[in-house]
Amino acid sequence: MTASTIVVERLQSARGFWPSVTRVARSILRSKPATLGFVLVILHILLAVLAPLIAPGNPTQNNAAAILQLPGGPYPLGTDTLGRDILSRTLYGGQYALAVSFASTALAVLLGTVIAGVAAFYGGWVDQVITRLVDSVIAVPAILAMLVLVTVFGSGPEVIVLAVVVVYTGGVTRVVRAAAMDVMPKDFIVAARARGEGVFYILSREVFPNILDVVLVEFAMRASWVVLLVSSLSFLGFGANPPTPDWGLMVAENRSLMAVVPLATLAPIVFLASLIVGLNLAADGLAKSLGVDRMKEILG
Amino acid sequence: MLTRFILPRLGWAVVTILLATILVFGAMQALPGDAATQILGQNATPDAVATLRRQLGLDQSPVERFVTWLGNAVTGNFGTSLVSGQPVGPEVGRALLNTSILAGITIVVGFSLALALGLVAGLFRDRWLDSLISTVALVGMSIPEFIVATLLVLAFSIAIPIFPAVVVAGENASLADLGPAMTLPALSLMFVASAYIIRMMRTSVIDVMETEYVHTARLKGISTSRLVFRHVVPSAILPTLNVVAMNIAWLIGGVVVVESIFNYPGMGSLMIRSVQSRDLPTILLITVVGAMTFVICNLLADLAATLLNPRLRYPRNSK
Repeated sequence: MTASTIVVERLQSARGFWPSVTRVARSILRSKPATLGFVLVILHILLAVLAPLIAPGNPTQNNAAAILQLPGGPYPLGTDTLGRDILSRTLYGGQYALAVSFASTALAVLLGTVIAGVAAFYGGWVDQVITRLVDSVIAVPAILAMLVLVTVFGSGPEVIVLAVVVVYTGGVTRVVRAAAMDVMPKDFIVAARARGEGVFYILSREVFPNILDVVLVEFAMRASWVVLLVSSLSFLGFGANPPTPDWGLMVAENRSLMAVVPLATLAPIVFLASLIVGLNLAADGLAKSLGVDRMKEILG
Repeated sequence: MLTRFILPRLGWAVVTILLATILVFGAMQALPGDAATQILGQNATPDAVATLRRQLGLDQSPVERFVTWLGNAVTGNFGTSLVSGQPVGPEVGRALLNTSILAGITIVVGFSLALALGLVAGLFRDRWLDSLISTVALVGMSIPEFIVATLLVLAFSIAIPIFPAVVVAGENASLADLGPAMTLPALSLMFVASAYIIRMMRTSVIDVMETEYVHTARLKGISTSRLVFRHVVPSAILPTLNVVAMNIAWLIGGVVVVESIFNYPGMGSLMIRSVQSRDLPTILLITVVGAMTFVICNLLADLAATLLNPRLRYPRNSK
């Protein structure tokens, strides 16, 4: 490789962090679907955080005098079988979904990225062992693994986080490893190795900054899957414990009464669906403005 | 072809399935209270529990038990259910058959429809038809199975009662009993599982439409149908095959939710029941079936891709 190529690479990495953030943000704002996605996600975060201020009532307070009320009076969306306010439960519902999903996605992506970095750095048998283990973990049906873990450790939020990490770290590792493998033979890494830099330095200073785009898209995309999976678990009775206000749980609780109080089922459905649509649009927008092929990331 | 391509992959497939069962077996060991206490209840005498533990082989070390299980499993004996006392093989087999019918309908009808929709969206890129199909795909990607199923029940069982909301037939229901009740579960699965296939097909059709050989074919003046079916579809379907394979593996997860909603007697319902009752032999066999499905799907996708793309048949040794 000629000297001029090396100079170009250095120039590219010298563009800096904040200028690229501005560039990506601008490109996202130019696309209507991507903007809508980020607006939806931010709106959901705000609603969940501000729920105690804007909810008209207590989400877990039973009221035997007002069960299965239709919308009206003090209950804008009516009440469920225990007389709980549906609007309050729906507004609070985002707290569990968002907190559990974001914590677990962040952990899975972080862990997967580190494992992938180690696999790519050492190569050889280390890489072989990691790849083989990852393939086996992926081969266990995600829902079975989660059901087993929840049965073993109970269904507290920290167990759900752990279960998601177990199920999704493998997939993240596979995608990020492929990206890291593309970077490994580059001159600046060969040079760093020749200088005698250690694993930590090379991964944190040379490899990770160069695959940050892939990792970010992976986070956004996984987040939408995790919200979906966590709400499905709650729906099946393996996730959020009653009386936690949670959308999946609310659908399960009120489904049989759809003909009586349809909003008790429809309100959490609309909230959950709009959050995941938002996450998907945001992931698409992020992938497009960072120049990452999202379908390739899905396949791993 | 056989030795170079299939054998190594088959070897790794076996290793993958074995590791998957070890992972599940290991996790189940961490359970507080084993199947013996589960069966006899809280008030059983310690003697009775000890006897049953010996009968079930629970007094051996986990490693010994796994090796015993593996030895029997290789000969096709997957043990007896700790709950019903019946061999797990036939029980899982019945559930698998029911699930395969449901999944089969979804795959054949849903996936071909998805490929067609993706093709149309790609050919009419950025026109209203594409926007419509892409929006439907986005919604399909974003809505969990339980919501689709709930809404379908609201529409077709409550508002316009055409289809039953649950399968009332029991464990050994015949196909005729299951027929009409299968419509809504199959529709729920189709909608969710098709989304990524539509998307991938659309993307690859768009990619192929921009290649030079398609431009050349157009300049030659060949008919649109010939262009689409001889040049575009074969190339565009290649990258989509992986997504199809991935979706079949995903279907296992979707099936659990959908079966539990509609009370359909398949693998999903069995999985939930056996996890709740800590029925290890049944769980292990379900793991084997699940991992096998995953591995076989990926193997078939690789194989199909190789057959359709001769360049992949020879490993690139040089460089």
